[in-house]
Amino acid sequence: MSKTDRRSMEVQSQIEEHTNISTQYLNPSPIHGLWALTNRDLRKWYTNPFQLFMSLIQPIIWLGLFGKALDFGAIFSSSAPQLSGAIVSSVFGTGSYFSFLAAGMLTFVILFTAMFSGMSIVWDRRFGFLNKVLTTPVARGSIVMAKVLSSVGRSLVQAVIVLMIAVLLGMDTSKMTLLGVAGTFAAMFLMAIGLSSLFVMLALRSTDWQTQMAIMNLLNLPLLFASNALFPSKFMPEWLQYIVKVNPVSYATDAARQLLLGSAGMASLSYDFSFLLGFAILFSLIGIVMSWKYLTK
Amino acid sequence: MISDAYSADHGYDSNIIEVKGLSKHFGKLKAVDGITFQVKEGEIFGFLGPNGAGKTTTINMLTTLLPPTSGEARVCGFDIRKEANEVRKRIGVVPQEYTADEDLTGMQNIMLCGELYGIKKSEIERRARELLELVDLADAADRKVSSYSGGMRRRLELAAGLVNSPRLLFLDEPTLGLDVQTRTAVWEYIRELKEEYNMTLFVTTHYLEEADSLCDRIAIIDHGKIVKIGSPSELKSGLGGDVIQLTLDDSSDLTEAISRISLVKEVKKSDSSYRIKAERGEEAAPLIIELIRSRGMHVKTIALTKPTLDEVYLEYTGRAFRDDEEPSKVWAQRMTMRRARA
Repeated sequence: MSKTDRRSMEVQSQIEEHTNISTQYLNPSPIHGLWALTNRDLRKWYTNPFQLFMSLIQPIIWLGLFGKALDFGAIFSSSAPQLSGAIVSSVFGTGSYFSFLAAGMLTFVILFTAMFSGMSIVWDRRFGFLNKVLTTPVARGSIVMAKVLSSVGRSLVQAVIVLMIAVLLGMDTSKMTLLGVAGTFAAMFLMAIGLSSLFVMLALRSTDWQTQMAIMNLLNLPLLFASNALFPSKFMPEWLQYIVKVNPVSYATDAARQLLLGSAGMASLSYDFSFLLGFAILFSLIGIVMSWKYLTK
Repeated sequence: MISDAYSADHGYDSNIIEVKGLSKHFGKLKAVDGITFQVKEGEIFGFLGPNGAGKTTTINMLTTLLPPTSGEARVCGFDIRKEANEVRKRIGVVPQEYTADEDLTGMQNIMLCGELYGIKKSEIERRARELLELVDLADAADRKVSSYSGGMRRRLELAAGLVNSPRLLFLDEPTLGLDVQTRTAVWEYIRELKEEYNMTLFVTTHYLEEADSLCDRIAIIDHGKIVKIGSPSELKSGLGGDVIQLTLDDSSDLTEAISRISLVKEVKKSDSSYRIKAERGEEAAPLIIELIRSRGMHVKTIALTKPTLDEVYLEYTGRAFRDDEEPSKVWAQRMTMRRARA
């Protein structure tokens, strides 16, 4: 292409641009850019085979090692063989500790993925990408919600894998229905929104990934242990039970056990879902409102 | 005219940036301390100063990244605090650091930017190709950014800053850390882009020769305050003009006679050489030579020096431009800023 050709093409496009100016400043929808940003984060995950592999292998290892090593049922069957079945089902609400734990492992994997949603905003800040995004007219709330949604997407995919592996490794499927599985993932979805919002919100001002790691570790294990995910809360000391009862991880796990295993729940299903819905709405709103003030350079 | 309609529509006449008493304090540190200036539509406005003078903080405020502590500013006719989103729609920003996502290709980066501006999907791809063509990255469009060289990344940043066809482009140290050849190339792109899109450019730099040759007007900022503002030639002539140095083959005193030439402002003699300050040195020099010949003497050597921005800078800040401040001081200041932000 000759230089003059290129010139004339450019002049042409310049004219087009000027005629476009009026349409370009039309207000785009308030959530424009939300999907683009979410997709950017998801793409980083699914186009990086190693990351994808690692995030899938981790729950499998946990489930396999943790679930099979801590076979509480075996304690009873070795000491009181004739009573063990009854004891196990009264303690865990299902036929084996493994099935009990599998439901808890679903929430566990979501908690772990949500934890890293904050980390990703810290990296974006450090690598300058966030600064670029902040100069565009994209809603600050969309920047936060994109992090939340990409984390939710990732964690739900991992939860699906965990459930499949759990079934393969011997989780009780006798009471599993399609509706129950769908309901379980609805509960997981709500918990993931709330938890991811929480971790993103804590990372809004941070440029320091070490601080972020410390915060993650500080919150992560208490959220896990002060819940019914690994052990039934009714055997915990009373003060701990109060914490369990305000911990969203407990309600997501409780809903999953009722829907997948038909266990008697800690609370009614409708209470579980109301709690999780409230948690998700409250924390995503706080996250959005905080982004207006704190998501600056 | 489209541009007239545009200006009228958006409530500003010729000043695309209006800044009044703008300040930003980080704790006790006054990073920007009550600056006031205007930028006219269509000009290249240079913001010049040493590290830590407040250049980037000013850009961050004008591009709505940082809320000011006090004062006000209107960019493209909109208040940077109350109408931040309207400002964002109309400006392009090329920050100091690389901001592209390394895991994505050049093309994907530009497309993502386009989506963040809410440009229609059908439009974005055409526009991204066009921009990458413009900055000569068409061949590398589908490569991951992590494989780009420094110069390529700079050009990609430029393209990303142009996605929304801004009327005003902010460039923060666009050539920082680039070698001389790449710097020249980047400036060529910038100049070309400005002509192509008829944009206003707001550039910060600490390369004096760049500011001198490119900017229509320059503001010198130091310790958060604007110490001088004007066109490069205004700033330089403010120094008292050009310097002519002469050596004669005779030591008789001509000071008196030379000072009578109208362009000459100041004459200093030592032995048989003279140091003469004059306006329009290239016109004054022949007059001086003629005078000397008419007295039957001869000029052995002559040199004409035009003042550089280096000298302007020295004059107004009392520091040589190239002497970086004591590093420890700059460092302490940066740390204060970081702490105040956290």
